[in-house]
Amino acid sequence: MPTRSMRRTVAPLALLALFVQLASDPAGAAGPVDEPPYASVTAERLATPGADDWLMVRRTYDSWGYSPLAHISTANVATLQPVWTFSTGVVEGHQAPPIVNDGMMFVATPRNQVIAIDARSGEEVWRYRRALPGDLFQLHPTNRGVALWGDRVYLATVDAHLVALDARTGEVVWDVEVADYLSGYYMTLAPLAVEGRILVGTSGGEFGIRGFIEAFDADSGESLWRTYTVPGPGEPGSETWSDEAWKRGGVPIWVTGSYDPATRLSYWGTGNAGPWMADQRPGDNLYANSVVAIDIESGAIRAHHQYHWNDAWDWDEVTAPLLIDFPDGADTVKGLVHAGRNGYLWRLARSADDIRFVDARPYVYQNVFSAIDAQSGRPSYDPTRIPRTGHRTEFCPSLWGGKDWPPEAYSPQTGYLYIPANENLCSAFTGEKAKYRPGELYLGLSIDKLEVFPRADGGDHVGELQAWDMRTGEQVWTRTFDSHNWGPVLATGGGLVFAGGTNDRLFRAFDAQTGALLWQQKTSSGVIGVPVSYAVDGRQYIAVVSGWGVDAQRKQDYLNKARGSDIQVPQGGVVWVFALPDAARGE
Amino acid sequence: MSSHDRGARPCAGRRALLGGTALALIAPPLWPALAAESTPERQPAQVGDLLAFPSWEHADRLLAPGDLVHGAEPLLVYPRDPATGVIRERSRLNQILVCRLAPETLDEATRPHAAGDVVAYSGICTHTGCGITGWDATRAHFVCPCHQSEFDAGRAGQRVAGPAPRALPALPLALSDGHFVIRGNFTSAVGASS
Repeated sequence: MPTRSMRRTVAPLALLALFVQLASDPAGAAGPVDEPPYASVTAERLATPGADDWLMVRRTYDSWGYSPLAHISTANVATLQPVWTFSTGVVEGHQAPPIVNDGMMFVATPRNQVIAIDARSGEEVWRYRRALPGDLFQLHPTNRGVALWGDRVYLATVDAHLVALDARTGEVVWDVEVADYLSGYYMTLAPLAVEGRILVGTSGGEFGIRGFIEAFDADSGESLWRTYTVPGPGEPGSETWSDEAWKRGGVPIWVTGSYDPATRLSYWGTGNAGPWMADQRPGDNLYANSVVAIDIESGAIRAHHQYHWNDAWDWDEVTAPLLIDFPDGADTVKGLVHAGRNGYLWRLARSADDIRFVDARPYVYQNVFSAIDAQSGRPSYDPTRIPRTGHRTEFCPSLWGGKDWPPEAYSPQTGYLYIPANENLCSAFTGEKAKYRPGELYLGLSIDKLEVFPRADGGDHVGELQAWDMRTGEQVWTRTFDSHNWGPVLATGGGLVFAGGTNDRLFRAFDAQTGALLWQQKTSSGVIGVPVSYAVDGRQYIAVVSGWGVDAQRKQDYLNKARGSDIQVPQGGVVWVFALPDAARGE
Repeated sequence: MSSHDRGARPCAGRRALLGGTALALIAPPLWPALAAESTPERQPAQVGDLLAFPSWEHADRLLAPGDLVHGAEPLLVYPRDPATGVIRERSRLNQILVCRLAPETLDEATRPHAAGDVVAYSGICTHTGCGITGWDATRAHFVCPCHQSEFDAGRAGQRVAGPAPRALPALPLALSDGHFVIRGNFTSAVGASS
């Protein structure tokens, strides 16, 4: 159990100013002084955001990654051009979307900066820099974005704190220690703001943590509830763990959940169980590699579906499912759709007290599942493809899966789901006995013996962007790339799909209906950030942060080794913002 | 435009939070001491500290010469305050790897820091700060699991493979009354290089 404490900090200059102000005003009638305007974020605005805004990581609670803005369209996107850029000043993986509220942009970067930028002009408004502990070991030096609520900006940090910032000034309002970073807990996800609560989870599935989701009061920073993703003795699901394995069972949470306001359930994907060698933790290992439905009031798990049991491949199923309605026979079901790291595209049906399996099919080559039960969705495994202690085992797709964390997008215009996939890659694990040391890798294999390689009889490419029709469940088009693809996807009302993700530093626009490439821009680094669209004063913008690093870089290193290549993608984060030239806008 | 540097702050005890104005008036001092960083178990290794096993492996046990076997994997130990008995195990930078080598394999740069044939090094890789857990017994190399940097235990921690930009810092040791004592600072900065 990690140590916990509240850290409340208020910037000294702000305190000094407040003190001076109160001292000169005995009645205590201190009011805001020259505060810039800011559009406060409410439950209503988050539930039904205006078209001009991008208020949370996937813009809407259903995690579609879709903007209805349509000024930039298939007809004019060829003229799209950069209007401003902004260097973040740090290297490593920039994965966060620029969050935009009424013309104010908030960009989170590695090393836990938050930069507030005028979304129209590109001028910096304020910058928060966090002094991280000198002994912090960052396995994943990145951040996936901020959450907005009220007049505050919320940041989950790599030293496992949750910080509330004043959206107008960047001043720290409160700072709470969520978990002990020295025990391997860290946070890279964007918090989820729901009805006055700020929900987070922690990374650390490679460090012997016990994962959890926790809710904090947005105003005070008080913890409201914590729900472990590894049940303790006597709790439902504890029978799926053996002996003491649950204490260090992993199951991290490192991507933001979806939310259904109708049922007040939040749907979170969960990560791998630990250590990686599954024979060292016999059992199904709930709630690893699952989707869990969390009651936001109490934190109770109302339903779950485990995509695959006793994971042995490091296939975190941590991306949240998209809430999409689709036909199931004669009915239309309220669905949960998830392109799994295990290489299968899952469609489930959700209700207030259940998650029901509908169907699953591979979207990349997968040689582990021998069958999937038609009723329960539970897979059977080819035993020769299950890594175990003391053996070398090959399996496909690679440990980074058919798709890692980069989110899919869904367009209600086309009815298509867009998946940034990786095909034709496999891995081999050579298992060994895991030894626990707090805050250090706890895998059950030596990383230097980890292998990633192209499939012998596979195709000549790795990266793909796939489109699947959610009405039929069929794949409709695929774009292929020589490079692997680590690019989050944006769909827009202009009939477009935007994504980067490849090692050639390109950021591209495709026709959402056909997959035709319509525009591309060479950027400063590789684009592994989440693209967004917003509008200010009637002008639509596309924004993305270019900043290669983390596992995209690691995977490139392995591919270089396997292919005999030496592709080095330059690092350094830059916010890129694009718009149509005035003529193309008809002005 | 304004720019603020905000650091990790100490734990001041978990408590209900007050409104900003009230807190501002009652919270002395403005910058509470960096408690988390200054607690004894987080302080860096001191000359005169003893070497002890971490509490999660043994309850308050000092490293003894008999624990070290030639050719065996290095042992992970931490500095222990000789006065208070506090093991400084709450900082990753205090991870120390100790091993016994064949005496003839220690070069001239290594011998001055060794206690006989026993050498000690930082357990944190100088590349990106990973904890070093690998050991090549044949060549007496420490191996970092993250990017496979290798450091030669018999040649003052010199980098011999991988992307680490510099040697692994050595820790001068002495043997006194049957226990190992730190008799000098690490030979270079501990931790990642950037």
